Amino acid sequence: MDTEDIELSEEEEEITAETVLKTLQIAWQNERLAPEILPHRNDMVECMLGQIQHMERNINKLPKTDLRASIHQMELNRIKYIICNYLKTRLDKIEKYCISIVNDEKQRIESGSNYLTVSEFRYAQEYLLNMENHLKSTVLNHVPGNMQSFEMNKMAIYPNLQSHIFLKANDTINGIILEDLLGDHDEEIDLEEGSQHILQYKPVAELVKNGKVQLV
Amino acid sequence: MFGEKVIELIKEAERNRGTLDQFNDETIRQIIEEMHVLFKLNMNDANSTTENKSLWTTVQVRHSALERNKRCLLAYLYNRMNKIKTLRWEFGSVLPPDVRELLSDGEYDWFSKYSTNLATYMRSLGEDIGYHGIDLTENLRPPKSLYIEVLCVSDHGKFELEDGDVIMLKKNTRHFLPASECQTLIRKGILQQIV
Repeated sequence: MDTEDIELSEEEEEITAETVLKTLQIAWQNERLAPEILPHRNDMVECMLGQIQHMERNINKLPKTDLRASIHQMELNRIKYIICNYLKTRLDKIEKYCISIVNDEKQRIESGSNYLTVSEFRYAQEYLLNMENHLKSTVLNHVPGNMQSFEMNKMAIYPNLQSHIFLKANDTINGIILEDLLGDHDEEIDLEEGSQHILQYKPVAELVKNGKVQLV
Repeated sequence: MFGEKVIELIKEAERNRGTLDQFNDETIRQIIEEMHVLFKLNMNDANSTTENKSLWTTVQVRHSALERNKRCLLAYLYNRMNKIKTLRWEFGSVLPPDVRELLSDGEYDWFSKYSTNLATYMRSLGEDIGYHGIDLTENLRPPKSLYIEVLCVSDHGKFELEDGDVIMLKKNTRHFLPASECQTLIRKGILQQIV
């Protein structure tokens, strides 16, 4: 990306727009590939939105026929797509795993390590409420007495943490324990920096969240 | 046999995975009726079982049938909800009348609530930095080129572009427009992309 006209405003920390975009791209990739919802990167999204606004103003100053204008505009559209798709992927997960996410998130908010943004959490709660109301008004309120309850636990869908993912190690990491579900031969492996592996998601979930590995 | 109607309902949903059918009011009503009948029979037998244990099995079987019916009904509704959800992303908050007819009143209610909830969320995006929200439904596909050639399929009237230009969208006219701005119209079936 052309960095000359997208310097960050002074009050920000010293990160370039390029790093922001890269972080956002990795967050997007991880979010799309991970089975469960990941901690939000709203800081990056907002930072990038600010950049887009700034760049759009610059482009508008150029005459329409200028080649630079259309190249920049294309670049912007691509970034916008990444942001939109990132947010939409999160929404899809929130809707699908609604019950489990809302429950987990309540605990995480107490400990101050929330994964959802404030508005995402509001969305999740509202979504759950709407679903419950709809099921109740259409079916549950009309069936016999002992069948009327809305059984949260039976309705909940959980992400499959046992699914396999491709990953690339950003750091050298030692001693990841792979549980042996059937027997008791737990295996310990080391990941070298830059190496790629196919692993179960669960043992590396924490590493994905803190950026030690990235999904590819 | 118990639970035959409910299987019919599920099979119907299973057959047409990609499309939305007419909401099956009648079958659902019959299933709920069946549940009430089963429930009453069970109540009668359960009250008399205290002395007569031979009826327990019957009660158990009816109870499983009840639970099964409930589960299948909820699955049917849940499945439809997922389909209706995609409608919001495709058509926006206003449904075409022929699609609207396929939903029950309850479902339409749910759709409006879902739509409002989504709109609230989208408006809240980037609020802190002075944005007025982002429409996530505008960028569903990766952008391939800035401008695309489109054919206008039906009369739409005036259409204002982001840069202030106003164009007339008349039937059978061709236009060369910014891809990002005509996505909504393409989904509504007013424009058609010429490849």
